[in-house]
Amino acid sequence: MTATNIEAKVKSIIADQLGVSEDEIKEGSSFIEDLGADSLDIVELVMAMEEEFEIEIPDEEAENIKSVGDAVNYINTHKK
Amino acid sequence: MLLQGKKLLITGVLTPASIAFHVAKLAQQEGAEVLLTSFGRPMSLTQRTAKKLSPVPEVLELDVTNPAHFPALHDAIKQRWGRLDGVLHAVAFAPEDALGGKFLTAPWESVMQAFRVSTFSLKELAAATAPLFDKGGGIVTLDFDNSTTAWPLYDWMGVCKAGLEATVRYLARDLGSKQIRVNALAAGPIATIAAKGIPGFKHLEDKWGRQAPLGWDARSEASIAAVARTTCVLLSDWMPSTTGELVRVDGGYHAIGAEPVDPAILAAAAPAKDPGAA
Repeated sequence: MTATNIEAKVKSIIADQLGVSEDEIKEGSSFIEDLGADSLDIVELVMAMEEEFEIEIPDEEAENIKSVGDAVNYINTHKK
Repeated sequence: MLLQGKKLLITGVLTPASIAFHVAKLAQQEGAEVLLTSFGRPMSLTQRTAKKLSPVPEVLELDVTNPAHFPALHDAIKQRWGRLDGVLHAVAFAPEDALGGKFLTAPWESVMQAFRVSTFSLKELAAATAPLFDKGGGIVTLDFDNSTTAWPLYDWMGVCKAGLEATVRYLARDLGSKQIRVNALAAGPIATIAAKGIPGFKHLEDKWGRQAPLGWDARSEASIAAVARTTCVLLSDWMPSTTGELVRVDGGYHAIGAEPVDPAILAAAAPAKDPGAA
């Protein structure tokens, strides 16, 4: 999967989970401040990304994933 | 296996970090069949987490503030299994203005909600499921020990937990004739999503690690595994005459009055040796 595909897939997961349109989702968007996520949304988002990309995101790492860019970077670095 | 053939209802599975998730996983490994419950907004999260169990358990709808959900839950279990051997009650909530140092200002509405979700729900769950226990069994609730002390920041959740401990005793009284054991498991701090909602959790967690004689790490697999194991024992046939009890899984923290004195402080405080003494 290319980096562009990963970004597109991440945006689609976020749109689906948070009920926002993909146009609103920018690389710098913060899940909580810009996209209206709560703590449960974040946990579910992380789990959805784990499933989609077949990776494990440890809790300590998940705590640092606060924006769309953070998620894309993490997946690009850790995807097998 | 410890729970071979047991049919268990497990509430409170939210994420793979939930205590209830670890109980469900271990119970399955020990031969039990499990059903989970969730409701509303967290339902999709519970269902996603359930997929990490094998076999994937069904998730029944249970909003503990909806009285109609309890008879529906009874019927759903009856329809699937016809009977029940055990229940884990792992449900608690307090609005933000009822904890975190707001004891004196918390309004009744918030306290009432906390009590209903965190305390009264145990009675509701026990009363709804008791008719399904045809061979006795165990009901366990997850507690944070508020039997004799007040804690920083825990506030009305602490009062609700004290009420929960009393509810355990009254349920033990009323369900004993059906051989249903009702016990509370008081765990030390565990870093779950519920714990994230408790302000100052980190402070408590650090102190616990220093004071518990067996040690305690709120973020370690060992701590949550200890809670899961003990819960499974309480749900099994291996504590057959224990009911109305508060079982602590806390590294022994509760038995110790204060954390050990740092040896460096002790050395510095030692009186200088008198050179004239023999």
